[in-house]
Amino acid sequence: MNSMPILSLITFLPLAGVLLLFFLPKESKGLLRSIALIVSLVVFVVSLPIVTGFQTNAEFQFNEFAPWIAAGPFQMNYSVGIDGISLWLVILTTFIMPIAILSTWTAVEERVKEYMICLLLLETGMLGAFISLDLFLFYVFWEIMLIPMYFIIGIWGGKNKIYAALKFFIYTFLGSVLMLVALLVLYFKAGAGDFNLMKFYELSLDPATQTWMFLAFALAFAIKVPMFPLHTWLPDAHTEAPTAGSVILAAIMLKMGTYGFVRFAMPLFPNATEQFTPLIATLSVIGIIYAALVAMVQEDVKKLVAYSSVAHLGFVMLGVFALNQQGVAGGMLQMINHGISTGALFLIVGFIYERRHTRLIADFGGLSKQMPVFATIFMIVTLSSIGLPGTNGFVGEFLVLIGAYESSLRWYALIATSGVILSAVYMLWMFQRVMFGELNNPKNQELKDLNAREVVIMIPLLVMIFWMGIYPTPFIEKMTPAIDKVIAYSKGKKLAAALQQAIPSAPGPAVMQPAILESK
Amino acid sequence: MNQLTLIPILPLIGFLVNGLLGSRLPRWLVSVVACGLPALSFALTLSLFMGIASNGTPVIENLFTWGSTTGFQVDAALYFDQMAAVMCLVVTGVGTLIHIYSVGYMSHDRSFSRYFAYLNLFLFFMLMLVLGKNILMLFAGWEGVGIASYLLIGFWFEDPDKTAAGLKAFVVNRVGDTAFIIAAFLIFHFAGTLDFQGINAFFSASQPSLLMMNVIGILLLIGACGKSAQIPLHVWLPDAMAGPTPVSALIHAATMVTAGVYLLSRLSGVFLHAPGAMAVVAWGGALTAFLGATMGLTQYNLKKVLAYSTMSQIGFMFMACGLGAFQVAFFHLYTHAFFKACLFLGAGAVIHALHGEEDMRNMGALAKKIPFSFATFLLASLALCGVPPFAGFFSKDEILWSAWSSPNGSPVLWLVGTVTSFMTAFYMFRAIFLTFFGPCNVPEKVKKGIHEGPPSMSIVLGVLAFFSLVAGFVGLPGFWRELLGVSAPFYDFLAPVLGHAGEGAAADHHAEFILMVIAVLAALSGIFLAWLFYSRNRDWAVKAKEIAGHAHGLASRGYYFDPLYGRLVAAFDWVSESLLARRVEPAINNAIIEKPADGVSRTASIFSRLQTGNVQGYVLYVLVGLALILWWGVAHV
Repeated sequence: MNSMPILSLITFLPLAGVLLLFFLPKESKGLLRSIALIVSLVVFVVSLPIVTGFQTNAEFQFNEFAPWIAAGPFQMNYSVGIDGISLWLVILTTFIMPIAILSTWTAVEERVKEYMICLLLLETGMLGAFISLDLFLFYVFWEIMLIPMYFIIGIWGGKNKIYAALKFFIYTFLGSVLMLVALLVLYFKAGAGDFNLMKFYELSLDPATQTWMFLAFALAFAIKVPMFPLHTWLPDAHTEAPTAGSVILAAIMLKMGTYGFVRFAMPLFPNATEQFTPLIATLSVIGIIYAALVAMVQEDVKKLVAYSSVAHLGFVMLGVFALNQQGVAGGMLQMINHGISTGALFLIVGFIYERRHTRLIADFGGLSKQMPVFATIFMIVTLSSIGLPGTNGFVGEFLVLIGAYESSLRWYALIATSGVILSAVYMLWMFQRVMFGELNNPKNQELKDLNAREVVIMIPLLVMIFWMGIYPTPFIEKMTPAIDKVIAYSKGKKLAAALQQAIPSAPGPAVMQPAILESK
Repeated sequence: MNQLTLIPILPLIGFLVNGLLGSRLPRWLVSVVACGLPALSFALTLSLFMGIASNGTPVIENLFTWGSTTGFQVDAALYFDQMAAVMCLVVTGVGTLIHIYSVGYMSHDRSFSRYFAYLNLFLFFMLMLVLGKNILMLFAGWEGVGIASYLLIGFWFEDPDKTAAGLKAFVVNRVGDTAFIIAAFLIFHFAGTLDFQGINAFFSASQPSLLMMNVIGILLLIGACGKSAQIPLHVWLPDAMAGPTPVSALIHAATMVTAGVYLLSRLSGVFLHAPGAMAVVAWGGALTAFLGATMGLTQYNLKKVLAYSTMSQIGFMFMACGLGAFQVAFFHLYTHAFFKACLFLGAGAVIHALHGEEDMRNMGALAKKIPFSFATFLLASLALCGVPPFAGFFSKDEILWSAWSSPNGSPVLWLVGTVTSFMTAFYMFRAIFLTFFGPCNVPEKVKKGIHEGPPSMSIVLGVLAFFSLVAGFVGLPGFWRELLGVSAPFYDFLAPVLGHAGEGAAADHHAEFILMVIAVLAALSGIFLAWLFYSRNRDWAVKAKEIAGHAHGLASRGYYFDPLYGRLVAAFDWVSESLLARRVEPAINNAIIEKPADGVSRTASIFSRLQTGNVQGYVLYVLVGLALILWWGVAHV
């Protein structure tokens, strides 16, 4: 396959950037920002070959393998690779990062050096987590991710930054400790050795063990998603975080939770997955409706967007647990869509916050007249967020709902569908209170429309909104085989075996354990 | 790119050009782009129409695969059959005319190019709705016209009332859309496809239980009710009159609001096997026709009279659909597009002349001041009232005849329709007498400047009035066909898609003639009464209003639908604000985060020291923690 260790390259390039930044003087803010931006752009460019070189099949690709830590009975390996599930999440990460960094240009003036270091460190953590095929490695990256985000909120955040950062940290950390325990139990159940994910997939666990382990994993992931009722850290974290932090948190880090379900919790514990599907679906649907209702009455634009995230992620969870092609594909697409649309929304909130230093809806009104370019972009993003056909938001929601409808989650799908009405209400109502009406606040009468840098930030997002909305096929196509595999695993081993028989071109063991065989 | 694809794409190009560059282009160029591209679409439609009229083969264009997963595939594909052809001609034809009219009407507006960008965008989505080969394409257009409508209703966005009207329209529509999309899921569940031809073929070959068919039918009906302003989802239409008047003519009279009828006809294959749903469609249509007309009787805002009238007329179309006479519904849709657009644009001419005045009590005696606008308005009104030989007469009469003669029809349905016809004639001529005759109540200042609109407006009025007069001749009722020895090209053309249901077999021309005479008499007496009450003896109108008392209050307040929905919204607001946001959310936060956090306050205090920025210390802590847990793991296996 590919001889260049491309995944390692993109994961550790930001780390190299961090090293470089260490040696630069604190005062040259422009240089620091430029270097960080260039690094993230390079990462994005370097990551593109994984799309063009991706073979549309269920196997892990671009694999790399190296023994890492061997401590007593423990054998941790550096084993990475991507399949159709992680492919787009990796690309989403490398795509969002330059945008996030460019958005900080004038927003952050204090401790620029540390800020850039945190952002790049975060990128390494997130990319590492998406590409890990070794559970322990995954856990390490998962934890690495937490630290820079904690600082981003705690240092560059708003008034209640300490409270929000702590809440974010304790909460997610508690979850991940539980996951670690489960991970170790799993490890010992598998008879020690290494933490290879493929090995764990093949494991047959008794239902009782599965239940406990699923719960531990699910809790860690559900906090991250966040699922109702574990979502209350999110509005605080978002409101307090600086713009770039919110963008990354919403666009990528929340996906860590849903990705965790698809990659780990569901395929590893099929019986428990079946057992907990009604619970998860119930919480997802409650989340969709509840978050939408709470979003409706928010006075702070950013908080409103944060609650909309909870609702959107509810759709993702519903689709994923439908466990059929449409549902999972829809859920996966919705993850990417949410990354783009909600990322864009947080950027938009950042634009007006930077100008007016307030995010209260009541402080605005009539901005359309003063900022026509901004108004147009805001409108498009809003429409994408409410899932208008022709924008990316629709594709995900539609597939999720039709998938859920075709699965055992039919009645849940019916309720979730009505969430679509609510999203139109809270988003458009917010939009018109901010953008329409008379421009009677003198402070708003001098607002400047978006500058070139800000437009440049938004254009790639707008392109993606329409591309994925009008022609989503290329995105779906590459995921399909990997999704089939996840579904087969998550429905239990028997089905997995049946699937292998049904597809003669994909002989059994090769599908399961490509990572080690190929890279050696 | 072939002809069919270009039909929707051309207005999209217009939208992009005017939307992105419009503010920098001279107005004449904006107008040329905005009117020229739809006109080209119309020309293309016409040429395709000629093709299908001669050879009868639908044109299909597969653009690309929109999305496909195992067991599910939807193509972005266009489909031009007889039904789409008629609808497409109406949309591009009337659409182009209204664009031209708008050049004059909007000439003083600051946001000239934005207006035309939105209008072109609307046409694009409307054409996608009409030409979509599957439910998904139609739905995309369906939602798209909703957003275009939202943008145009709230076009003057500095007025919060106008943007609120836009939001109301969008949200009410979304309620309907939700039912629609659920219906689509159900259809997919059974038929395994979203393709219209596939769906109709599937359901005519095999049906799930009758109950399920009716459920699907009712869900589709709810969707159609939202878009077509049928009771109980009609509340947005009167408010939608906040938009510029040409918008009301195009979107809220001629094209978008009839999309519901189009949907029902497109899926006639489903409805024909859902008798229960069909009955609801028919009676619901009749109810809307009747109540819409009563509300129209009581309005003083000229545009709102027309809005309720539109609702009522679409009620007639639904009634025809429910009776299985889809082709008749379509015929009324087609004639209605001309005369209702003409009426709205005529109202626009009046409003334009009076600098934005919409209340009929502040009008009067305008017939002499703007005679041409008055003449066209009168012609279109006669068409709406169903006076022969105007277009509306033939289409409405056929619906009434279906109500009487169709197997699912009943004399009661016919009676409701006929009484509605009578009321229609009354409210239209009430509007005419209040607006164009009697004493002039226009303020002196405005009076001097009253003038006909620019040629671009008058020409369009003329063309539409002409069609209001002649459009009906292509679909003469059976009785007339026999009498004159001619055919009905409209019905013949649609026959391959919608069949000849409700005709021929039980053609009792004697009864048909009698009913027709009654209908005409009803219309004429409505006109006569309006003359009596609003021209000859205006006191009578006041007295009648007093006598009607509560009934009048009920109708003029729209049967309290708005306050009722207001309560519902308030209830939602209470749940959101007072219950969830203020109580539940803090409680969850407290129970799940704060309390446990207190419990581990020592841990928290350790963390809080870390926010000084001591990264190394933190990492060390994590590693120590990890080691401890690892040790625990080893020890406990």
